[in-house]
Amino acid sequence: MAEKQPLVQVENLSKHFIVGKSVLRAVDNVSLTICRGETLGLVGESGCGKTTFGRTLLQLYRPTSGTIIFDGKNVSGMKRRELVSFKKDAQIIFQDPYASLDPRMTIGDIVAEGLNVHFSLSGEEKRQKAAALLQKVGLGEDYISRYAHELSGGQRQRVGIARALAVEPRFIVCDEPISALDVSIQAQVINLLIQLQRDFSLTYLFISHDLSMVRYISDRIGVMYLGSLMELADNETLYSDPVHPYTQALLSAIPVADPDLGTVRQRIKLEGEIPSPINMPSGCKFHQRCRCAQEICSRELPELREVAPGHMAACHFAGELSRT
Amino acid sequence: MERILEVKDLHVHFNTYAGKIRAVRGVSFHLNRGETLAIVGESGCGKTVTSKALLRLYKPPQVGIGETSQILYSGEDVLKMGKKRLQDYRGHQVGMVFQDPMTSLNPTMKVGDQIAEALLIHNKISKKEARTQAVEALKLVNIPNPEKRAECYPHQLSGGMRQRVVIAIALSCHPSVIVADEPTTALDVTIQAQILDLLAEIKEKTGTAIILVTHDLGVVANFATRIQVMYAGQIMERGTTREIFYQPSHPYTEALLNSVPKLSSKDKGELYSLKGTPPDLILDLACCPFCARCPYCMPICRERMPEETALSDTHRVSCWLQHPSAPAVGSLNNARKAGE
Amino acid sequence: MEQIPQEKFRIVGVEEGGTEHAARRQVGYWQDAWRRLRQNKTAMAALILLAVLLVMTLIGPNLTGYSFEQMDREAKNMAPSAQHWFGTDDLGRDLFTRVWQGGRVSMTIGLLGALVSTVIGVIYGSISAFFGGVVDNVMMRIVEILISIPYLIIVILISVITDSHSLGTLILALTLTGWCGTARLIRGQILQLREQEYVLAAEALGVSPLRVIVKHLIPNTLGLIIVGVTFDIPGYIFSEAFLSYIGLGIQPPETSWGALASAAQQNFRFYPYQLFLPSLMIALTMLSFTLLGDGLRDALDPQLRQ
Repeated sequence: MAEKQPLVQVENLSKHFIVGKSVLRAVDNVSLTICRGETLGLVGESGCGKTTFGRTLLQLYRPTSGTIIFDGKNVSGMKRRELVSFKKDAQIIFQDPYASLDPRMTIGDIVAEGLNVHFSLSGEEKRQKAAALLQKVGLGEDYISRYAHELSGGQRQRVGIARALAVEPRFIVCDEPISALDVSIQAQVINLLIQLQRDFSLTYLFISHDLSMVRYISDRIGVMYLGSLMELADNETLYSDPVHPYTQALLSAIPVADPDLGTVRQRIKLEGEIPSPINMPSGCKFHQRCRCAQEICSRELPELREVAPGHMAACHFAGELSRT
Repeated sequence: MERILEVKDLHVHFNTYAGKIRAVRGVSFHLNRGETLAIVGESGCGKTVTSKALLRLYKPPQVGIGETSQILYSGEDVLKMGKKRLQDYRGHQVGMVFQDPMTSLNPTMKVGDQIAEALLIHNKISKKEARTQAVEALKLVNIPNPEKRAECYPHQLSGGMRQRVVIAIALSCHPSVIVADEPTTALDVTIQAQILDLLAEIKEKTGTAIILVTHDLGVVANFATRIQVMYAGQIMERGTTREIFYQPSHPYTEALLNSVPKLSSKDKGELYSLKGTPPDLILDLACCPFCARCPYCMPICRERMPEETALSDTHRVSCWLQHPSAPAVGSLNNARKAGE
Repeated sequence: MEQIPQEKFRIVGVEEGGTEHAARRQVGYWQDAWRRLRQNKTAMAALILLAVLLVMTLIGPNLTGYSFEQMDREAKNMAPSAQHWFGTDDLGRDLFTRVWQGGRVSMTIGLLGALVSTVIGVIYGSISAFFGGVVDNVMMRIVEILISIPYLIIVILISVITDSHSLGTLILALTLTGWCGTARLIRGQILQLREQEYVLAAEALGVSPLRVIVKHLIPNTLGLIIVGVTFDIPGYIFSEAFLSYIGLGIQPPETSWGALASAAQQNFRFYPYQLFLPSLMIALTMLSFTLLGDGLRDALDPQLRQ
């Protein structure tokens, strides 16, 4: 990649849900850019809005405000027909391999579902294409007439990938694609995703709470907390030199599969729990749990600003704090 | 060291219409007083079944336990306990923490009452006393404002808090063993770290032995004294934490360790991945259950299950590669030398 | 250590595709449901009884050689005998023939009524749930209004307006509000299903709403729909019986179980069997459908799958 061209530009995207009489701010004013051919990782704890962000991006939820520009076109202003062609370009892989496949449909029908919408193919052509896609994700042709419940978790996830690939997308949102899988199967799926990215020059938004997998697969990584982007940097920088106290705490909480390293490493303990996104704290959303919080943090919401080239953080003291 | 719990040749099977599913196939191990034993494996390997069998949480006829199986708690066979003794044993001697804090608490009862209930069953104390002890238990698991929290219903607490309550219930009768089945899997990373710290602290304070069942090697690395790796209902390898992490001698253990990307390394090579999926436990499997996925598979592996070989006092592995006639293989070599 | 030939220790590695094939014979959803239904003795007994009743309503009226309208002045109010298996009524009509003839009407109303109301209810409920928001709100308010109208009023109104008491009118009157319950049931189920990831996946692929409903949502509520139909049928049979009993239903010489019971009640003291037989049929049919519905609900519940 000589020059990085943006494929997806998100500006001030918000998605609010109405819960009873209050407003749940699932995604709150998030801006970021995803470049062609890269993998942007999005990490955060449950309820931080990362899944909602991915789904809003693909127009599965109607955004409350903000703009999404895909390949130079404003998605929010699209008419129905344009939206269908956007959906051909931008696909999604889901978390739960058990809930994401219709139990009443054969694998062949599931994979071919998108073909019906975006291509006019004969029955035989569809069957061949579905078989080729299954082959591509490492499943034999004989799976075509089986049902989802006959497959294991890893195999189902492959079917989910084949379904997304069927419409020849350029951009795929991978929404926790491995978190429901066993360790040895996770590696299979990750390797497959990387190989497909190479073969079809795909762009990924990789959403996960597994920080070590995100680091492995992503070029750049964004950290979300309570609907907001806290820090965004390239892979190396984020892990070696995180500036946001939340990122620092999150990184230090990752269990390391190495007894020696674990005891050497200093852990930043996070006290308390994530506040509810309905009663959002004033000021910086993290200030109640932040070990470096000062008076200003409870008053003013810090803007996401560039602390180094390509390294953004939303903290009043970003760049001034030491790591421990 | 005193062996507080000893499992001998445990077999557990489920009777389904499709046939007998043999989930645990001849597992033997022991737990010393005050230590932490981790049982590690992927879903369906029999680790949860094993842990539930320790408390005899299975009822016939759907579930059967092998006739030769024994679970000895301080020499007494749990499988032969009477109803009354068993009730006393669960809770008083062995407490259990389940995976999902959402479903392991009764949503219609205040958490304080739920802890008190456990206390009242096992002790001859007044209700008031039970209440006081319940608040004590909440204090033990570091819940702020325990008096106030005791009046809460489970849905008013967050996931991490709820898991603390579950731990408080398990601890309330001062058991000498706690069986924790994936206690952090349903929680976020930062909360997971808090719960693990809590368990470590409790172990320190009360001297309770812990059996930690998990699929995540990262969780046990800094927590367990010993680890045993299960696959398809059998223990493939067991050893101290250091032995398992630094001298893995079973190809499966090695694969488990290698299929997680190292946070410390900058290497972006292809992630090591095993082919295929674990075998169906309805099959008989006279062979090594791992043979179909093993990169070092040999003809003998497809015929017979290997015996357990001792590599050190604590380190044992079931693999034909340990046989003197077996060829030396790449990365497992070091471990083999260390064992000789 | 025992001797094992050296050639057994030769690394051969992983067999391609060695483990990817599921070893267990897999059982489909319907196969599995049928297996569990068969294990349920009560439900199977109900099913067999229903089959017998259904066959009898089909062939029963032709077994005796009497027609259901044929009167015989010589043989009024006769007790069951070799000539007249169930006896005769006050006009000398053969009751065996009439009971099964009436059964045809009752069964038809039960089956057709349940079918019509289910089809309408499914369509209405799924549209309401799928589009949600304002659409859902308006559609559900309409249902609530319809449900609050007593169906007796509707039946009377319709029979006044159309001036007919035929089978069709009766079904129309009964189903006019009867589908509301099904619509609510289906709406609830689909609201749950539409949050499922496979529905989101279809939306992400750009599949049209109609196709999502037809291909994903309705097939996945089929179990619930079948159970609903089974429980609806006895309701319709009973409603028809009730209407006929109070004189608003089927008119003579056509008959139904309710009409038979109604006609018999005047002479009930003297000829109790005239009332007893049609009542027994109503009771047996309703009981069987209810028991079968219970069995089906258990059999089709995916949570009870082993």
